[in-house]
Amino acid sequence: MSMKKLELYVHIPFCEKKCGYCDFLSFAADDSEKRAYVAQLTEEIRAQGENYRDYLVSSIFIGGGTPTTLSGIWILEIMNTIRESFIVATDAEITIECNPGTLSKSKIMHIKKAGINRISFGLQSSIEKELEALGRIHTYKDFLQSYQLAREFGFTNINVDLMSGLPYQTVDSYKTTLKRVCELRPEHISAYSLIVEPDTPFFDKYGSEEGKALLPDENVDREMYAVTKDILKEHGYERYEISNYSKPGRECRHNIGYWTGVSYLGLGVGASGYVMNRRFHVEGDYKKYMNIKMQQDITPLYCDIEELDKKANMEEFMFLGLRLTRGVSRHEFNEKFGIDMFELYDRQIKRNIMLNLMEYNSPYLRLTDKGLDLSNMVMSDFLLD
Amino acid sequence: MTVDQSKIRNFCIIAHIDHGKSTLADRIIEKTGLLTSREMQAQVLDNMDLERERGITIKSQAVRTVYKANDGNEYIFNLIDTPGHVDFNYEVSRSLAACDGAILVVDAAQGIEAQTLANVYMALDHDLEVFPVINKVDLPSADPDLVASEIEDVIGIEAHDAPRISAKMGLNIEDVLEAIVAKIPSPNGDINAPLQALIFDSIYDSYKGVIVFVRIKEGSVKKGDAIKMMATGAVEEVVEVGYFGAGQFIPCDELSAGMVGYITASIKNVKDTRVGDTITLNNNPCKEALPGYKKVTSMVYCGLYPADGAKYNDLREALEKLQLNDASLFFEPETSLALGFGFRCGFLGLLHLEVIQERLEREYNLDLVTTAPGVVYKVFKTNGEVIELTNPSNLPDPSEIEHMEEPIVSAEIMLTKEFVGSIMNLCQERRGVYLGMEYIEENRAILRYDLPLNEIIYDFFDALKSRSRGYASLDYDLKGYVPSKLVKLDILINKEEVDALSFIVHADSAYERGRKMCEKLKEEIPRHLFEIPIQAAVGSKVIARETVKAMRKDVLAKCYGGDITRKRKLLEKQKEGKKRMRQIGNVEIPQKAFMSVLKLDED
Repeated sequence: MSMKKLELYVHIPFCEKKCGYCDFLSFAADDSEKRAYVAQLTEEIRAQGENYRDYLVSSIFIGGGTPTTLSGIWILEIMNTIRESFIVATDAEITIECNPGTLSKSKIMHIKKAGINRISFGLQSSIEKELEALGRIHTYKDFLQSYQLAREFGFTNINVDLMSGLPYQTVDSYKTTLKRVCELRPEHISAYSLIVEPDTPFFDKYGSEEGKALLPDENVDREMYAVTKDILKEHGYERYEISNYSKPGRECRHNIGYWTGVSYLGLGVGASGYVMNRRFHVEGDYKKYMNIKMQQDITPLYCDIEELDKKANMEEFMFLGLRLTRGVSRHEFNEKFGIDMFELYDRQIKRNIMLNLMEYNSPYLRLTDKGLDLSNMVMSDFLLD
Repeated sequence: MTVDQSKIRNFCIIAHIDHGKSTLADRIIEKTGLLTSREMQAQVLDNMDLERERGITIKSQAVRTVYKANDGNEYIFNLIDTPGHVDFNYEVSRSLAACDGAILVVDAAQGIEAQTLANVYMALDHDLEVFPVINKVDLPSADPDLVASEIEDVIGIEAHDAPRISAKMGLNIEDVLEAIVAKIPSPNGDINAPLQALIFDSIYDSYKGVIVFVRIKEGSVKKGDAIKMMATGAVEEVVEVGYFGAGQFIPCDELSAGMVGYITASIKNVKDTRVGDTITLNNNPCKEALPGYKKVTSMVYCGLYPADGAKYNDLREALEKLQLNDASLFFEPETSLALGFGFRCGFLGLLHLEVIQERLEREYNLDLVTTAPGVVYKVFKTNGEVIELTNPSNLPDPSEIEHMEEPIVSAEIMLTKEFVGSIMNLCQERRGVYLGMEYIEENRAILRYDLPLNEIIYDFFDALKSRSRGYASLDYDLKGYVPSKLVKLDILINKEEVDALSFIVHADSAYERGRKMCEKLKEEIPRHLFEIPIQAAVGSKVIARETVKAMRKDVLAKCYGGDITRKRKLLEKQKEGKKRMRQIGNVEIPQKAFMSVLKLDED
């Protein structure tokens, strides 16, 4: 019996300080709180491992928050517990998110020792004023040091997160950031544009009509978007997903898994999972999460479980798969669902191709560059009635 | 079983909104019985009938109660409800005609309002005996003495001995009941004359067919009689007669002169039983119909379209059902390029329109798109033809139009002195023609204006209320048609004319309204892949323009930690938004946009 493929997402909800734009589940905490969380998390990992005996873990992503606010020993402990409880493939991609201000020599040693082989730096910008406006705790110099440290310790797979559309950002300052980062030659770059989410300090400041005026206007934002593609291309990065670029062969496997229907298990407070045709979330209330008794029957752990029917599966196949520049395969769709996507989505496909938002290159149906920019509009067409 | 007419009191309650009409009605019903002692026995015997009637509830247009007065006699009270809105003036007048007297309820703190006054005059015109009741005497701000003298000064009826009550607290209600016996005259119709019965309302019941509410003026009617509606000529055989219990129809043997009750005659359509018509016996008709019958005409028209085109037939059926109960609702099919198949509907006024719209949405679960309401314009063509225009799209080419006329109402606005200036301004803004003002007491005045109906159907009432902090009240009557400089304002979206957004407007207001429409539409129309010009035009001349910029970006870049559920929710919301769009050329217009233009003056 061949083993089923499984990805693990591990959520660390702690940050030194919450950034103004962040609406993820994270907050500042002291060491005893972190200790308690790691204890609860490792309990959860052990309990869950029992349920996934016939799965082979192909990738692990430790995200947050800022996972590197944990001390190195705890990171090691988490990884060791995972290896004890799950069967992890020898060539698994294991990523940890890292805030440049939180990486010491000892910490990176532990990370290395834990078998983590990919580091994702949340740089966002190389301009101090922009970093300050975002509420980041690090400087560009901090990042450079952390980056060099990672290289010295032999990390050969590094991602850098960048953001456009920031307060004070200009097209020139953004270009500077892009070029600086490209010269460092990370294997992977994620370039997002700032989204002002409700219930964040940024929303209070930039959510209103007057607030919006403080952010780069639409035309500037457009230009930044265009510049990203051009400059990254010049430096040998291929866009493979809406906001993700990489050197050939260095695409983030974990991330691609999300878009192609690979099973993944979320571990830790509020983490999302998708296994056996079900989507679920671990309890998102921190206090409640901490009080759950971890056991093999993990039902109390989940606050919602959604069973996907065929319709939902087909929709997801489309709107998730289309995030990849490769697109979705007509053959694969047919194999999976026994129906031709060109028949099921006849009207939608014709319309979007006519509007130059999609193109078909057998067997792949994909978004054009314009379509990628307007992906929500196109993807929402693929929800069925 | 002939009822002694001297023991019957037929009356209604006249009051301004919030002055306590329904509370007093409730108290009257509460303090009296529903049956006479004689009927009580009959009811016990006839229990089966009651069972049969159960489940049918009547609108509270009329209720019959029995009061044992201080003189030891039992009196039958027929309390007839009158609609409280200026839209329903004609219905009010027919309800009044069914009564012999009226209780005028005046708020002890607020005094008389314009609408009260209008209804009192209407009651006096119908020779009703009106006696006042001063309500809400329990309020700290109550000044019953002042209100009493106001009633005497303004209306000219005795008020010093008016019962001073609190309907809410149940205070002095007996005084009202005794006053009804003492002051309201008993009916005195000739029981032996040919039947003459006034229809003051009718409803449709799926079990009984149309139920006609009548006041018997003369003669009598019983089961099996062949009756004739004098205006429509319809002849039917009576299936049942009876009177109104609380929430029940109670059958009886016969309705005779002086009584208020109902008749069923397996009539299928309320159109045959028009409010104000006279019912008589087919083989022994009365000489002439009761005066005052009018065929109701719609004052306000708009297009009603199903949001989902597939629901067209559902909408038609719902309108047909509503029309069974509401003869003043008019509709006919029409087609709009923008909205597809729908109906042009006529209403008594804007309130009537809103009531119908709400009932369609709530009771029939229909999602509707409503076009801007308009009035009936008269278009005089150069070839001598006259068109009554209810849909702006049907306006002939300007070259064929000799001139146009619009309906004018004469309005009475009652207000306190301090607001005279601002309300006069409002009337001027709405093209009002000042007729005069008179002070009815030191601090209160009545303003008289002729106003174009199309200026008051949208939001005049709201503006009146807000500019007078709620103190001004309005009453109006259709006066007639006058020539007017009217133009058709068209809206072009992405260079295409959207018929459902066209409307007729006075030439002087065209620019202002056009500009506001464009601004509003700019807010409502989402960005597309291309730039969308929105233009307002009169004929071929563009008078206002706005632009919806092209959309360039619509991405949820971060999809964190595999939270697909969140992503799906966002897409679903977007899809739901798309569904509520109407496709006009290449442009998708949200249904909301068609409605929002009705509310141009809100900001």
